[in-house]
Amino acid sequence: MTTSAERRASALSASGGRASSAPLLGRDEEPTVFDLSRPGRRAHSFRTTALPEWEADELVPSEHLRPEPVELAEVSERDLVAHFTRLSHRQYSVDLGAYPLGSCTMKYNPKVCDDVAALAGLARSHPAAPALLVQGWLELLVGLEDALCRITGMAAATLQPAAGAAGELTGLLLMRAWHEAQGQQRRRVIIPDSAHGTNPASVTLGGFEVATVPSDERGCVDLAALRSTLGPDVAGIMLTNPNTLGLFEEDITEIAAAVHQVGGLLYYDGANLNAILGVTRPGDMGFDIVHMNLHKTFATPHGGGGPGAGPVAVSERLVPYLPGPRPVRRPDGQFDWETPPRSIGRVHGWHGNALVLARAYAFILANGGDGLRRVADCAVLNANWLRRRLSATYDVPFDRPSMHEFVASTTSLRRQHGLRAVDVAKRLLEEGFHAPTVYFPLIVDEALMIEPTETESLQTLEALAEAFERIAGEAATAGGLEAAHAAPRTTPVSRVDEARAARQLIPTWDQRPASE
Amino acid sequence: MAGYVPHTDEEIDAMLAFVGVASLDELYGAVPGALRLAGGLDLAPGLSEPDVLAAVSGLAGRNRAAELVCFAGAGAYDHEIPAATRALAGRSEFVTAYTPYQPEVSQGVLQALFEYQTLLCRLSGMEISNASLYDGANACVEAANLAVAATGRQQLWVSQGLHPHWRQTLATFAAGTGHEMVEAPLADGTTRWPADGEPAAVIVQSPNFLGCLEDLHGARHAADAAGALMVVARDPVASGLLRTPGELGADVVVGEGQPFGIPLSYGGPYLGLFTTRQSLVRRLPGRLVGETVDTEGRRAYVTTLRAREQDIRREKASSNVCTNQTLMAVAAAIQLSWLGTAGLRELAVRCARGTRYCREALLAIDGVEPAAPAPVLREFAVRTPVPPTALVERLADEGFLAGVAVDEGFEGTDYQGSLLVAVTERRTRAEIDAFAAAFEKAVR
Repeated sequence: MTTSAERRASALSASGGRASSAPLLGRDEEPTVFDLSRPGRRAHSFRTTALPEWEADELVPSEHLRPEPVELAEVSERDLVAHFTRLSHRQYSVDLGAYPLGSCTMKYNPKVCDDVAALAGLARSHPAAPALLVQGWLELLVGLEDALCRITGMAAATLQPAAGAAGELTGLLLMRAWHEAQGQQRRRVIIPDSAHGTNPASVTLGGFEVATVPSDERGCVDLAALRSTLGPDVAGIMLTNPNTLGLFEEDITEIAAAVHQVGGLLYYDGANLNAILGVTRPGDMGFDIVHMNLHKTFATPHGGGGPGAGPVAVSERLVPYLPGPRPVRRPDGQFDWETPPRSIGRVHGWHGNALVLARAYAFILANGGDGLRRVADCAVLNANWLRRRLSATYDVPFDRPSMHEFVASTTSLRRQHGLRAVDVAKRLLEEGFHAPTVYFPLIVDEALMIEPTETESLQTLEALAEAFERIAGEAATAGGLEAAHAAPRTTPVSRVDEARAARQLIPTWDQRPASE
Repeated sequence: MAGYVPHTDEEIDAMLAFVGVASLDELYGAVPGALRLAGGLDLAPGLSEPDVLAAVSGLAGRNRAAELVCFAGAGAYDHEIPAATRALAGRSEFVTAYTPYQPEVSQGVLQALFEYQTLLCRLSGMEISNASLYDGANACVEAANLAVAATGRQQLWVSQGLHPHWRQTLATFAAGTGHEMVEAPLADGTTRWPADGEPAAVIVQSPNFLGCLEDLHGARHAADAAGALMVVARDPVASGLLRTPGELGADVVVGEGQPFGIPLSYGGPYLGLFTTRQSLVRRLPGRLVGETVDTEGRRAYVTTLRAREQDIRREKASSNVCTNQTLMAVAAAIQLSWLGTAGLRELAVRCARGTRYCREALLAIDGVEPAAPAPVLREFAVRTPVPPTALVERLADEGFLAGVAVDEGFEGTDYQGSLLVAVTERRTRAEIDAFAAAFEKAVR
């Protein structure tokens, strides 16, 4: 156990990425906005319009008019601001500290991108305005598409998908349309056993069946098993490279050749694109379809669970199938919308999450080609430094140089002291860090999937490593495991009863039991 | 170049030494040499932040649409966004958080979503709201998938009054799931349902794309006669004046939440609204927040019924949604609380007043005719002597975004070639009078 003086010293030595020991105010419950509501109180005010003041019953046929207004919360603006500000104090965020969630790429989100998204010329543009009136938007979208194609080595892209999973399904529909155009009904899509859950779910919605291929002892796709699974009914394969273990699929060229050999297509899940920016490109590896998570690689803020953006880039032969309409530069230099000849159709109500796209465009401008390579370099360096450091205390099942993330495990610590991955996660919250991704990928026991990202400093990594080590060390001491099980104690709430939430579902304030 | 990577050269050297490689390049030993990108990315060098802002400001300045007085709608509306909503929804704790996988440090987002779910259920008259989907179009796709799974049927009856982009999005995803779409035509501005068939759902928007109230009792009867679910697409602002779809028998209510605190944003990020009945909760797409307690018995919130979701159910999941639009849901909860009970009612009334005033002013112009029966909220279609696309261009020169041409999805109907005009609470009498005057000149 470290002394409190040592802890204080280590906290002082940590730069930005570690939240102070009491980052979040309030161990008291925050009332809901409905608890704060008082009839007759109000915050709203409207523009003076000088319009005739027709009453509701003069505007709507009486059989359709609701007799009473919908009851919402009635609060003053002061109460409203206090309530949501206090809620924000009960929320961890990247701006507060490090967020080493594997496969989520929770890097710092530059503030200049907030200014970009707030530009009136972008934020106030109506999505149905004719192309003539939104030439700046179209130029931005064309510029972003071009940059994303250069980064991935692809021919063209759609910017419509609103998130990674939407990009996956779009890609699978492109796969389907391509095979149908070849006169083929292909049934199966291959997915490694280390894949994200969105992959198999998207495969089903794309009208295909999942065929799982195992990982080999090196943590990569088992090439022999893959070859034996391939056949004329295989529509394609979905791969994340580097994979969810943070390992580069070294046999990717052979995998691509084998899949193409049977007429299948290769889909690149871009969740881990951050690792290879400027190093190698999915297009060069042989991929036909690539989705990107702009909220990961290109630093658009994650918003507590969205909005994201999941553009999909494709190789030349798939361009005619892209969702439409697409922004294009005409020969006369004007920008316009154009629907590809064999388009699979729209996948979004409008043009995608446009303001998220604008933020990513600004991020790419700010970094440039050289800066993006530095992003990958430092992301990979950070992951390897932390892997090397933690391998002395934790199991690292595939302990060889990783890319941007790695997977550790508490298998030995659990056997020796009873310490589980969830305990480490909950203790880290007390230490002022967000937890890593736990129990994923499914192929690793007691998995802790750790992705520091490039924006955390060496001092933050040291503080994070010390926290991990302290947690492992405490588990070996008398009462240490009990302390881990009791964690977190310094957060706005302690461990949450998830089973009760499912068993006695309370999905709204109106459905709370009368006793409350 | 702007720098977001904190490493000094000395630190990089020390870290490389600790890792045991000689250079940054050596970190990529697993990447085959043949795949290495020679010469780096073919992109311009990085810019400083002021240069980035100047470059994007230049582009933004070329969007004339943003400066026009807005009479365009079609699912995206120019509503007021008060300073309080902007300030609160812009708090970086909400903006830069991840999905609330660790509830102990995510109570802020989780409670805001719980309040959002409550507000959405009240607006729709339903029992369960999820924590948001991408946009209205995608919420409609998820509703169709739910109906198919719940009924074991493959056919969808889709009203032609449903937003044409939503119909197109439904058709795109139906290619994967194999659903058959049957389009129910409009007559006199409302839907005529097929006499027979075995649909999983009847999908109807009310007020519909042309601004007309649909007969939801009729849609409910059509659904009951066919043994189908009723999916209602509803502009949530309409609940300020109209009976809720839940009262009228909807099984699923979807909608576009953009009117609540979300800028026009050239179409995104918006907010997909999805509410349904308690009996369908285990088929709910996306995340659901529930109330529970912590180990000390304090009230706490957590995402629940997680076994529905893709990361657990994988290929058997009924939806693949992971990242959704949480920040937009938080903004909507804030905006709805800013509006309050009286404010939502007043917002809807003000839209309806402006709409009626504007419609009467335009119909007073020679040659301008109604294209559909009287509207109820904030949108109406008119036929004009000048094609609507030309009219929109002419009126842009006068300072107005005049509306949206009705075209795609209405081919061969009476409605094709009309102009859809929207009036929100922000439009003043002076603006509408000036618009009508310019309109009259433009159609002459």
